[in-house]
Amino acid sequence: MKKRTLTNSIGIAALVLVAATYIYGLWLTPPDVFMGQLVRLLYIHPPVAWVAYLAYGVTSVAAILYLWKRTRRPEWDLLSAASAEIGVVFTALTLVTGSIWGRPTWHVWWTWDARLTTTALLFLLYVGYLALRSAIDDPEKRAKRAAVMALIAFVDVPIVHQSVVWWKTLHQSATVFNASLSPKVHGEMAWTLLLGFVAFTLVYVWLLINRYETARLRQSASDRQLDHAIEERVSAP
Amino acid sequence: MLRDAWLICRKDLRIEIRSHVVSNQVLPFSFVVLILFAFAFNEYPQLLTKIAPGLYWVATLFAMIIAAQRSASIEMTNMTKSALAIYDISPGGVYLGKLLAVVIQMILLELVLAFEIVVLYGATLHAIPLLGATCIAATVGIAGVTTIVGAMISNSQRETLLPLLVLPVVAPVLLSATVAWQDYLNSKIGVGNPWLGLLVVFAVVYCSVGTLVFGTVLEE
Repeated sequence: MKKRTLTNSIGIAALVLVAATYIYGLWLTPPDVFMGQLVRLLYIHPPVAWVAYLAYGVTSVAAILYLWKRTRRPEWDLLSAASAEIGVVFTALTLVTGSIWGRPTWHVWWTWDARLTTTALLFLLYVGYLALRSAIDDPEKRAKRAAVMALIAFVDVPIVHQSVVWWKTLHQSATVFNASLSPKVHGEMAWTLLLGFVAFTLVYVWLLINRYETARLRQSASDRQLDHAIEERVSAP
Repeated sequence: MLRDAWLICRKDLRIEIRSHVVSNQVLPFSFVVLILFAFAFNEYPQLLTKIAPGLYWVATLFAMIIAAQRSASIEMTNMTKSALAIYDISPGGVYLGKLLAVVIQMILLELVLAFEIVVLYGATLHAIPLLGATCIAATVGIAGVTTIVGAMISNSQRETLLPLLVLPVVAPVLLSATVAWQDYLNSKIGVGNPWLGLLVVFAVVYCSVGTLVFGTVLEE
């Protein structure tokens, strides 16, 4: 199967599954005993947060592969940047959906709850990573420094998480990935949530492939322009 | 590597003794920050005493950002970086040396700041050894991050990026150091304070990462 066809298939599958998540989430699943209709945000908020963490995981792995001299290739840097961009978008979505959930639950759009604060910090951490990338013009220098910054951010996540656990205030404990590994949702609600996870993961994969390809083509065009300019200069009388 | 670190540390401290940047600029700046906090909380003087640990650590953090910028800029003038490469000094040694120099300067600055919060905010300091241990762990952790990030952006004409890159990373240190100080000042908990443990973990992790990757930052 050609690469383009595979990408398109992933895109179509993502679209269908996101539509299915909406249909199940909004109409086919029942309201929750405690949360009522608010439970419908459950099918969006945790999957979006999961994609943000997945994206940062991929950014970190690609950055480590770039930093390690044996596996150093410019493609890892492009992948790392592409994934971080998507991660920032999904972290912003996590904050927005969390805020929408928080308004009727806690009666405020924003509260200085530990998890909210640290998610905002995570967002700023990777906004900084992208700002660093945009500040350096030389591709090799940019790749090295961005990889170090991605590693710093990656190492920071568990420490931030630990400080969150100790500073815990309003946010409920993890619904799916909790310490006892026993999800707190069951039946068709659990299946719809799983559908949401798969749908948004496919959206991430589709976005990542396209963003990576765009970055690779841009890099290639830039290299060709440089080669062409050198050729012109050399062949000039 | 440790010999190189000591060499670089001595060099940076000697430059500071001759230039007086920390004593003439960074220290007065942190003093101004403490005074501005007092203006901001003008209506609630009792609150100042209560939140003195947090204000102390915010002022320290701001001072450390300036100190890190200064520490990185030292290596960018007069081709010092190329000289380090010629002399074949280990990058890990350069990192640890610069880190140690910043830590020594900042610990001295923190001593003065502690005196200032006693005088200006009416804070009473208890459990001095534990407060000192918190200062050392937090300072090493923050300097571990600022040293490497400062070096990354030092010659990119984008020094303004430093606070954006550093502050979210060291936010857990600010939180941990503040809570640890509050606990000690309220005589709540002793050596086994988990926040102090988190500060030590942060310091060890970032110093290890910095030592490993500083070579990549210096490669150009």
